[in-house]
Parts: sequence; C-alpha cells; structure tokens
Amino acid sequence: MSTAPEKTENPFAEPPLILGNPKFGEITEKIVSIVERKTPRVWILALLLAMSLAAVLLGSIGYLVWEGIGIWGLNNPVGWGYAIVNFVFWVGIGHAGTLISAILYLLRQHWRTSINRFAEAMTLFAVICALVFPGIHVGRIWLAYFMFPLPNQMAMWPNFRSPLLWDVFAVSTYFAASLMFWYTGLIPDLASMRDRAKSKIRKIVLGILSVGWRGGNRQWKHYELAYLILAGVSTPLVLSVHSVVSTDFAISIVPGWHTTIFPPYFVAGAIFSGFAMVMTLSIIARRIFGLENYITVNHLEKMNKIMLLTGMMVGYAYSIEFFVAWYSGNIYEIFTFINRATGPYAWAYWTMVSCNVIVPQLFWVKKLRRSVPVMFAASILINVGMWFERFVIVVTSLSRDFLPAAWDYYTPTIWDILTFVGSFGLFFTLFLLFVRFVPIIAIAEVKGVMPQADPHYYKHDSRSPDGGEQ
Amino acid sequence: MSRLYEKTEVALAEFPNPAALLKAAEELRDAGYKNFDCHSPFPIHGMDEAMGLKRSPIGWIAGLLAIIGCSGALLLQWWTMAVDYPLIIAGKPYFAFQAYVPVTFALGVISAALASLFGMMILNRLPRYHHPLFHSDNFAKFSNDGFFISVESSDSKYERSKTKSFLQTLGGNNLEVLTDDGKKE
Repeated sequence: MSTAPEKTENPFAEPPLILGNPKFGEITEKIVSIVERKTPRVWILALLLAMSLAAVLLGSIGYLVWEGIGIWGLNNPVGWGYAIVNFVFWVGIGHAGTLISAILYLLRQHWRTSINRFAEAMTLFAVICALVFPGIHVGRIWLAYFMFPLPNQMAMWPNFRSPLLWDVFAVSTYFAASLMFWYTGLIPDLASMRDRAKSKIRKIVLGILSVGWRGGNRQWKHYELAYLILAGVSTPLVLSVHSVVSTDFAISIVPGWHTTIFPPYFVAGAIFSGFAMVMTLSIIARRIFGLENYITVNHLEKMNKIMLLTGMMVGYAYSIEFFVAWYSGNIYEIFTFINRATGPYAWAYWTMVSCNVIVPQLFWVKKLRRSVPVMFAASILINVGMWFERFVIVVTSLSRDFLPAAWDYYTPTIWDILTFVGSFGLFFTLFLLFVRFVPIIAIAEVKGVMPQADPHYYKHDSRSPDGGEQ
Repeated sequence: MSRLYEKTEVALAEFPNPAALLKAAEELRDAGYKNFDCHSPFPIHGMDEAMGLKRSPIGWIAGLLAIIGCSGALLLQWWTMAVDYPLIIAGKPYFAFQAYVPVTFALGVISAALASLFGMMILNRLPRYHHPLFHSDNFAKFSNDGFFISVESSDSKYERSKTKSFLQTLGGNNLEVLTDDGKKE
C-alpha cells in the first residue's frame, strides 16, 4: 500500500464530485434525513395540486370511455392526434434516465451517481405516463388486452409483423427493465434507512423492502455484477426503444414519415428532451432539499453539454430532412416539408425550431452553461419544443398528405388538452411520492466514489486510532 | 426446544476504515479462514481478491437466460404467425424473421434483466430476514459508516476464543459473538 499522491496543481484535474468532503456518516444523514423529517406543509400542498391534476386525467379518461374518441379533435385524415404525440413525448423523456443510469455507468462517468436515482425515477414515471396513452387511444380500454399475445375466443394473435406491436414489447420491456434496475440500486439504500428507522412500521416496511441486506462483500460481489449486467442490457434499450417508436411512423408510406433518418433522429431527440426534464427536476430538488454540494454546478454543466450535443443532432436532423426531401425529387415529400415550414402549422414548426435548435446554442458560452436560472429556463423551453416536434411530425404529415381533396386542419378539443395536462399531474404525483419516501440520491454509490472509499487513500499504518486518515 | 439444524454462531469485529478492512481480510484469508465476510456501506475495490473470492457466475446465468428468452420469443412469433393462424398481411412472408427482430430482442433483454436481479437474490440467499448479525446493535452501522468482519462457526478453523483474539490482533474493535437466538458475548 502506498500513500496517496501529493496534491498538485493540475490544470486538467477534475473538480471533486461531491463538494465539502463529507464523511460517510454525513452523507447518509444528509440524504436520509430528507425522507425522515416531518412531512413539510409545502409537500402536502404540492401533492394535493398534483393529485388534482391527476384527477383531471382520470376524469378525462372516464369521459373518453363513456363517450368514445369523438370527444377528441381527431378527424379524417388526422387519425393520430394528441394521444400519440403525448405517448412519444413521455417515452422520450424517459430516455435520459436510462442513459444516465446505464450508459454513463458503463463509461465509468462517476458524476452520474449524484443524479442517477432521480433520473431513473423520472424514467419510470415518464414511461407510466406514456403507457397510459396506447392503453386509452382507441377509447375502448376493455380491449387493451388485444395488444398482448393472449389466447382468446377468436383464436387470433396480434400481428408481430407490425411496428405497433413491437412498440408494446419495446415499451413494456423498457418499463420492467428500468424498474428492476432502479430497485436493485435501491436495496443498499433501503438497508441504510432500515438501520436508522425508529418506528415499528418503518422498521417492518423497510425491512421487507431491503430483503435483509447485510452489505457483506459476498453479497456485493453478486450485486455489483448483477448491477453491471442490468446496465449492460439497459444500454441497448436507450437506442432501441425510441427507434422502435419511430418505426411506427417510418414503416408507413405517409410523406414526412417514410424516412430512414427517423430512428437516430428520435433517439437524439429523446435524450435531448429527457436531459431537459432531469435538469428541470434536479434544479428544483437541489434547491428545496439543499443538495447543492451533491448535485453541483459541475454536474449541471455536464448535462448542459449533453443537451448542446443532442440539440445539435436534432437540428441536423431537421435540416437533413429538408435536404432529402428535395434530393428525393418526390413531389409529396417536397411539399410536406415546405408545408411544415410555411403552411398552416408553421407556428408549431417555428416554435419547435426556436426551442430545440436556437435555445441550446446558449450553452456554447461557459457562463450561461453554469448559470442556474438560464439553464432552468432553457430546460423548460426545450421540453416545450420537443413536445411540438412530435406534434409537427404527427399532425402536419397527416393533415396534408397525397390528395388535396382529403386535407383537413386538426384542432385539439378541451379533452385533448385536459388529458395531456392531467398526465403531468400523474407524473408529479408519482415524483412527489418518490422524493418523500425514497432516498433521492444513491447513497451507497455516492459513498463509493468518495476519495476515502478507496483503500489507497489511507496511510500505510491504517490501524492507528484515527484510521490513518490524511 | 430442539432444533433441526445446527445453530450458527458468528464472531463480529469492527474496523475503522476500508483500508484496515482490506488488510484484515487478506490476513484472515492467509490464515486459512473461508467462511468470513466483510461488511461495508459500499463495495470496496480489491476486496474480492483480498478475501480470495471467485468471480460471480451471474454473467453466465444472465447470458443463458437471454438466449432462452430470445429463442422463446422467436418460437412464439413463428408459431402464432406461421403455424397456428397464418394470415397474409402486407404481402409479407409468414415467417418474416426481419420483422421479428424487435420483439425477440425485447424478450431477450427482459429475460437477462430478470435473471440478474433474481440470480443475485438467489446467490445471496435473499430475502433473508433472520440472521445472527441482526442481533447486534453495533452492526446497524454497516449501512452508514461502519466496516465489519464476521466469521461464521461453520468455518473449520473457527474456535470462539481463538477467532476472537485473532480478530483483535488484526485491529478489530467492539468484538461480539452472536447466534441465531441473540447476543452471546
């Protein structure tokens, strides 16, 4: 064992991941105390607000089931409206969580430990919101089981050659794999909470959930490899899920949809919007819970860099779509894109371009990239822009396709809008419950990336009373 | 009350930091102990070698289950689409394997994920809500900032007093002996 190297002035040295150099016990205290303290009144108010919004979703779905999809603004030719737009929007948001928890883990980006719990929870809740829409979008929720290959009285099976069915499998796999990944990461932290629990109910509930974790290295050995494999199998999901979603469009022959750029373009957009959502949520959380030393400006800056990159990829996709439309020489394709930028939905198109391409350009400037108010505003604008991207893709292509005689303008009704707004209620209800009952930062993982977690940090004589700490 | 199984006894000692834990683990290994474990709030780098543990077989389990999942998915799609109720849709062949890739992949992924979570649980004998270690109040620190070594009586080298004093010479503090029924010493 050697002593740790002297501190030198290295201009390329990374700043410490966690500021203030807390001891292990202080990390547990800081993060677990958030869920142990008395229920704050603000939280109850926020939960009531979120639950009222969720009730709006439930009510809109109730009315939809009662009355049918005639309550929505769908028409002929626009048979896909808000339901599909919202589905793609919510699934997309989930992708940043998986990228942070899986891809950054494989790439050994230790800064992810401060935000991964959070981002994974966001993934789960976003996918739950997304799954609502395919379930209700034909208005006959009692037939939702048609989506699965279940033996039935007609002796028929779903069509596995259809991208819509691929979607069912891709998104449900995504949800299940994310849930298992999240829970695996939670086990040691639930044990931390169990060992601090005072009341009998907490002891029992946390005891059951933490499965009797003893933190022995024989357990860590299997645990770490299981976690690595979960990260490994989740990594292709980051790319595959939204690629499959994009084939819902790309495999049809509708102009503006029938294009091979869709899978990478959708994946970049998904990561882009997801990081914007992680950003919005983590800025609020670090402020409310005083976690500025754990989710530092360096963490936020790194996320901004990813948003700048993926935003540029999205912008590139927008321009290449125009180029390919022109280069293809196909009049329908050319018309669709000119129509997007100058037709009846030009307002939506330019909202999308301003929010998704122009706003992230702010992040070229280091000062703006590290300014919390700027990134907060930018993250919200980006999510608005990404919702409009899906709206533009779905609606403009359908409303004006091959035959001008069949064209029509699509306007959402109040029920479309209430269903969409209500889905935010569901999302925030779940998220508020999460921040109240579960450690929002992965405690064991944060401890593991502290310098004092490395045996080499200690001086040769590690048995001295002070632990030989430097 | 008579017992059907032998009582487990565990000797527990606390160490000040990860480096001390690692060093003690190496010395226990070199002294010939097998059934001991090092408890820490986070996994410690290099501990597997220090304890003389082999690599976890979860990779093989997950890989095998992934292959089974993929084959099952392909079989399901072939049987439903080409055998049980063949229908021509969009002029594609009954067994259009290219179109079956996404679902095959998804079911492979989910099988591997299930295998790693439940494989980890089974290999770790979890959930296990009753263990001699839980009778120690001091042990609750392991999930916070405590570093512990426990030696089980099933180890052939285990002798209560000898093991205890050995742990002490390695720098262990707060020595305890625990059994299934509670604290012993």
